[in-house]
Amino acid sequence: MKKNMGRLGRLKKTTKVDFATYLGVTAAFIVVSMLRDQGVLTRSLTGMLVPICCYIVMAVSLNLTVGILGELSLGHAGFMSVGAFTGVITAMSLQSAIPFAPVRLAVAMIVGALFAGVAGLIVGVPVLRLRGDYLAIVTLAFGEIIKELINCLLVGYDAKGLHIAFNISGSLTIDDLNMAEGGIAIIKGAQGATGTTTIASFGAGFVLIMLSLVIILNLVRSRSGRAIMALRDNRIAAESVGINITKYKLMAFITSAALAGAAGALYGLNYSNLAASKFDFNTSILVLVYVVLGGLGNIWGSIIAAAVLYILPEALREFSDYRMLVYAIVLILVMLATNNPTIKGLFARLREKLTRGRKAEAKGGGR
Amino acid sequence: MAMLDVKDINVYYGAIHAVKDISFHVDEGEVVTLIGANGAGKSTILKTVSGLLRSRTGSVTFLESNIGGVPAHKIISRGLAQVPEGRAVFLQMTVEENLEMGGFTRPGSEIDPGLEKVYDLFPRLKERRRQIAGTLSGGEQQMLAMGRALMSKPRLLMLDEPSMGLAPILVEQIFDIIRTMHQAGTTILLVEQNAQMALSVADRGYVLETGRIVTTGTGADLLEDESVKKAYLGG
Repeated sequence: MKKNMGRLGRLKKTTKVDFATYLGVTAAFIVVSMLRDQGVLTRSLTGMLVPICCYIVMAVSLNLTVGILGELSLGHAGFMSVGAFTGVITAMSLQSAIPFAPVRLAVAMIVGALFAGVAGLIVGVPVLRLRGDYLAIVTLAFGEIIKELINCLLVGYDAKGLHIAFNISGSLTIDDLNMAEGGIAIIKGAQGATGTTTIASFGAGFVLIMLSLVIILNLVRSRSGRAIMALRDNRIAAESVGINITKYKLMAFITSAALAGAAGALYGLNYSNLAASKFDFNTSILVLVYVVLGGLGNIWGSIIAAAVLYILPEALREFSDYRMLVYAIVLILVMLATNNPTIKGLFARLREKLTRGRKAEAKGGGR
Repeated sequence: MAMLDVKDINVYYGAIHAVKDISFHVDEGEVVTLIGANGAGKSTILKTVSGLLRSRTGSVTFLESNIGGVPAHKIISRGLAQVPEGRAVFLQMTVEENLEMGGFTRPGSEIDPGLEKVYDLFPRLKERRRQIAGTLSGGEQQMLAMGRALMSKPRLLMLDEPSMGLAPILVEQIFDIIRTMHQAGTTILLVEQNAQMALSVADRGYVLETGRIVTTGTGADLLEDESVKKAYLGG
C-alpha cells in the first residue's frame, strides 16, 4: 500500500511539471496576445512571434532526439526545410479548394509533418545503426543535401494540377513547366518559394506548441518513452530487458522529424519569400544551442531558451556591430551560471526550503 | 531433454575464430558455470545464446525450440534473461525504475509482485529504491542488474561475470545471492573468471581455453582437478 502511494506521488511530481509547462505556455500566449492587441509590442517583435513559435517547436522536438534519445543530430533544419516547402506547395495548391485559411494552414502543417516524417524514416533506418560522431556527420550531410535538392526544384500549379521539374542542368526556368494560363509558380529553384500567401498566425503557432508538448511529454512519460531513455542509458542492458532498439530509436527520431516538419510549414507560410538556404547548417546549430542551453532532456528549458535566444539578437541591436559578440558572451554566461556549483547549490537550497515549507503546511493542515 | 542445449557452435569476429565447436547443456534447476581466462570465449558463448551474436554452425535449443535466429530483444520473452557484464544498469533512472524496466515484456500487473520478490532477495535495493542508479556502488549496481533480470520471471538466468571489478567481500555477497536464487529454484548459467567462487556454487562446470572446452565435470570435481587448480586456482 505504502509503495503504491509512493509511486502515485512520483507520478504526480512529473505531471505537476508537465502541467506547469502547459500552463506557462498558455499564460505566455494570452499575455503576449493582449500586449500585441494593445499595441505595446514593437513592430519587429510582433513580426517575430510566429518564428519564435516555430523555433520553440524545433527546440522541443530536437530535444527528443538529443536529450531523450541521446543521439546528436545536426540536420534538424533539413526536416524543417522539407516541412516548409511541402507545406508551402500544399497551401498554395489548395488555395481555391480550401478558401478558409486556418484550415488550409492546418492541412499544410499536417502534410509538412508527414513528408518530414517520411524523410526521417528514410534517413533514420540506415543512420540509426551508426552512433555518436558518425550519426552527427550523416545528419549534417542530410541537411545540406535537402538544401541543394530544393535549390534546383521548380514547382508550379495550374488548373491541371502540380508541375514539378528538377533543374539539375541549371538551364530550366519556370516557363519550362508548360503551365496553362493562370498557373502560379510556387518554388523557383534557388530563389525558393516566392509570392506565397502568408497565412501563418500566432494562434496557430500556439496550437502547434501545445500539440508538440502533448505529443512529446506523453511519449516521454509512456512505456515507450521509458524504453527510449533506457536505450540512451545503456544499449546492451536495454536489449537484454527486451527493448527493440531499432523500433524505439526510429519512433523518437521520426516523431522529432515530423514535428520539425510541422514547424517548418508554419514558418514557410509566414513569409512571402523563402529560400532553401535559410535552412542550412547554421540553423541546425542554432536550434542545438537552444536545446543545450535549455538543458538536455528538459522540455520547458528548451521552450524558454528558444524564446529568449531568438529575441536576444534583436534586443541587442543597439550594440550594432558588436551584437553577435554580446550574444556569444551571453551564451557563455548562461553556460557558466547554469553549471556553477555555487548557483546550483543556491537553487537546490531554495527548492528544499520551498518543499519543506509546503510539507510543514500539509502537516499543519492535517491536524 | 535439457533446458538449454547448445550444440557445435562456431562463432567468429571477422576472421577470428573465437568459439570452436562448443557443445554444452543446462538442465532445469541446475547452476552451470563456464570458466576460463580472458579471451577463452566465455562471453562470446553467452552473447551467442542471448542472440547478440550468431553462430555459423550448430544449434542453440531452449525449452525445445531453436533460438538460433531469434533477435536479442525477443529472447527474454522466451524465458531467458541475461545480466550483461560490467553492471549494465540504466544510470539515469532510479533503482525502482530500473527494476520496472526489467518487467518490460511482462504485463503491468506483474510489476508490483515482481518488485516485492526482488526486494526480498535484495533488501539493499529496497532501501535505495528512490536513488539514481548511477550513484550506487559497484556491488549494488551488480545486484540491481541481477534483480532487473529476475523481473522478467526467467526460466534460465545467465550471468556474465558478476564478480568483475568487485571487492572480495562484495563478491562473497553476490555469490551468496546466486546460492539463494538457486535454492529458490532458478536455473542459472554463470560465466566467470573467478573459478574458485564459480565452482563452489555450481552443480557442473565447463573449463574453456582459447575457444574450446578442455574439461568438464561437477563443481566439486573440478575444484579438485589438478589441471584446473594449476591453471586457475594458483596451484
